Amino acid sequence: MANADIFQIRTEEAPKLAAPISTSGVIGWMRQNLFSSIGNTVLTVIGILIAYSLIMPFIQFAIIDAVWTGDDRTACLAVEGAGHAGACWAYVIDYLPQFIYGRYPTEEIYRVNIVYALFVLLLVPLLMPSAPYKGINALLFLVVFPIISYFLLTGLEFGDTVVLPIVETARWGGLLVTLVIAVTGIVASLPLGIALALGRRSNMPIIKMVSVIFIEFWRGVPLITVLFMSSVMLPLFLPEGVTFDKLLRVLIGVTLFSAAYMAEVVRGGLQAIPKGQYEGAMALGLRFWQMMGLIILPQALKLVIPGIVNTFIGLFKDTTLVLIVGMFDLLGQIQSSFSDPNWSTPTQGHTGYLFAAIVFFIFCFGMSRYSIFMENKLHTGHKR
Amino acid sequence: MSIQEQDSAGAPARASLLNDPKARGLFYQATLIIALVAFGWFIVSNTVENLERQNIASGFGFLQNTAGFGIIQALVDYTETSSYGQAILVGFFNTLLVAVIGIFLATIIGFVVGIARLSNNWVISRLAYCYVELIRNVPLLLQIFFWYFAVLRAVPGKRDKWSFLFDTFHLNIAGLRGPQPIFEEGSGIIGWALVLAIVLAFAVARWSRKRQEATGQQFPVFLTGLGLIIGLPLIAYLIAGMPMHFNYPEFVETGPMLRRGFTLGSGFNLIPEFLALTLALSIYTAAFIAEIVRAGIQAVSHGQSEAAHALGLRNGPTLRLVIIPQAMRVIIPPLTSQYLNLTKNSSLAVAIAFPDLVSVGGTVLNQTGQAIEIIGIWMFVYLTLSLLTSAFMNWYNQRMALVER
Repeated sequence: MANADIFQIRTEEAPKLAAPISTSGVIGWMRQNLFSSIGNTVLTVIGILIAYSLIMPFIQFAIIDAVWTGDDRTACLAVEGAGHAGACWAYVIDYLPQFIYGRYPTEEIYRVNIVYALFVLLLVPLLMPSAPYKGINALLFLVVFPIISYFLLTGLEFGDTVVLPIVETARWGGLLVTLVIAVTGIVASLPLGIALALGRRSNMPIIKMVSVIFIEFWRGVPLITVLFMSSVMLPLFLPEGVTFDKLLRVLIGVTLFSAAYMAEVVRGGLQAIPKGQYEGAMALGLRFWQMMGLIILPQALKLVIPGIVNTFIGLFKDTTLVLIVGMFDLLGQIQSSFSDPNWSTPTQGHTGYLFAAIVFFIFCFGMSRYSIFMENKLHTGHKR
Repeated sequence: MSIQEQDSAGAPARASLLNDPKARGLFYQATLIIALVAFGWFIVSNTVENLERQNIASGFGFLQNTAGFGIIQALVDYTETSSYGQAILVGFFNTLLVAVIGIFLATIIGFVVGIARLSNNWVISRLAYCYVELIRNVPLLLQIFFWYFAVLRAVPGKRDKWSFLFDTFHLNIAGLRGPQPIFEEGSGIIGWALVLAIVLAFAVARWSRKRQEATGQQFPVFLTGLGLIIGLPLIAYLIAGMPMHFNYPEFVETGPMLRRGFTLGSGFNLIPEFLALTLALSIYTAAFIAEIVRAGIQAVSHGQSEAAHALGLRNGPTLRLVIIPQAMRVIIPPLTSQYLNLTKNSSLAVAIAFPDLVSVGGTVLNQTGQAIEIIGIWMFVYLTLSLLTSAFMNWYNQRMALVER
């Protein structure tokens, strides 16, 4: 009986107490991540100051002081007279068709819109891992779509019967040229890159040597010199009377250039495939192309999807360089619009560059997010 | 066994030549060679024909001709009467200058941002993240345009200036002006003192490492080295009777409007094209380097730092002796390709007319029409630079690489 006084048996659960306020919730988080020590506090304050001094002027320029509507420069100048210099978005809105289509004839713009729509319709299901019919989709996107868009964009004429009036590539511009160069570059460089990667890993010394020289040559020179070469030197290489379209010449240069980078990406994938896969395929009696096409490449290409996307991002940004050889991509179109006296204001340049930066950022950031998403999806098996 | 014997005894069961891998290999390679030769012959014959028709003499003889155009920034003597060859040399040195300074700045910014991305401080790591994502996803050419047309064109005009850092550096539309050190007679001794100090610092480091390995005693190598490298030249400077002064930029603020502005030749001047190109290149490349540094540090397993802490090493030595040497192995190969990218990207100078190799070469190309020779020079120079850089970095990488059994 005496023991009963000593032991105390609790028959119900103790009430749950909230965690101390200093280690949980917003305050705890701030203590841990922002003010854990004196040095950390100083860093936080400096960081906030830097962020504030960068973000506030930006918001002031791009949103608060910005002019959204107007027919010409007077709208933007009037506000400037008041002492504020904000972005002149009215100018961008006025020029938007040019930035998207270049100087493509207005009555033919529907053709560009069809190409854009087809592009999105075919690309989105291709990028979604859960969407069905990947094979047909890829075939449509990589083979049928380029052919259709070629005729849609350039035009189709049989002798005298005009199905679609021909639009010279000199009239293309803006986002259209940027996308045409980037997409053609990547679609055409993929097979070439795969061939070069296989050549580089070949047992045949001459094929290996030719591939290595080709890859290292294009990777060693800047894209600018390649573009100069394709616009100045290529006409010299051709027989008299044969001329290429300027856009086509640039496309050839860009394709060869990115094929070398693509080859290195694919080679990384080929090297990551265990030797047993090659040996297994050979033991089954598969020939070289059967082995590559059925066993090795499907695995290797899947591994390097993030690398391919990264190459594409690089190529997409590099398309801006074509303005140096006198073509009008998005940046070139914006740059050339600065000479329009109707919209000439001190903030015109800033606004134009900001617009270009936003467009490129949306495209590139989206692609890099996608590449990270695919990486996480594909690497589930190897993650610990 | 018996089957094999039968085979070797009777007529050898040879596969048809079509299925012999060796024969097929030879056939493919021969086809490739023939195709390449035919293609090369096609191009060469066409080119020769085209050049003849356009009356362009091929060869590098034109490099001796007088250039007749000025160059706004030249590291070697150059005037309008110099030859095309000299002009291209000037361009080459400008490319090298931009590449070296760009690599230097990009490495510093990149390492700082990369380490900041791993900071425990949320604000700092977010800031670094935003820097990386914003800069990486906007084309370099756009950034060069931004710095050149939007920032460096928005500064005061020729007759005005912005001064900063206690009135020693000035910025206006003509570029950045600052004090230029002028070395007088007898200043050579300062240079020699610096060389001596560097040699001594290395010797001290070697000695202290040996002593630490033998006895375990430590020596403040870094402070001694720093003291030597700063102290010795300073002493030499004082002993030689201070044979150096600064040529400060002179700014005329009064008088007739046309006379105002900086006096010619006072202080050094960095032209805006150079500033814009170097800034854009180093900021752009730094974003990529930051990602490389972050990945490299994260690649070192957590157990390494835990083990170092368990051994009693403090945060500093852990980072210096355990984490960084291992991270460097992961960092160096991609860092090399970033350095190469920066060098190649410096060719974008042509867009803002900074006289680098491509820009000057382009001018020569327009004047002479020697497309093949000029493009050949470009490709040769960039390929050589690429191969040299990767050879050096491979050597360095081998030194740093894990020594395995």
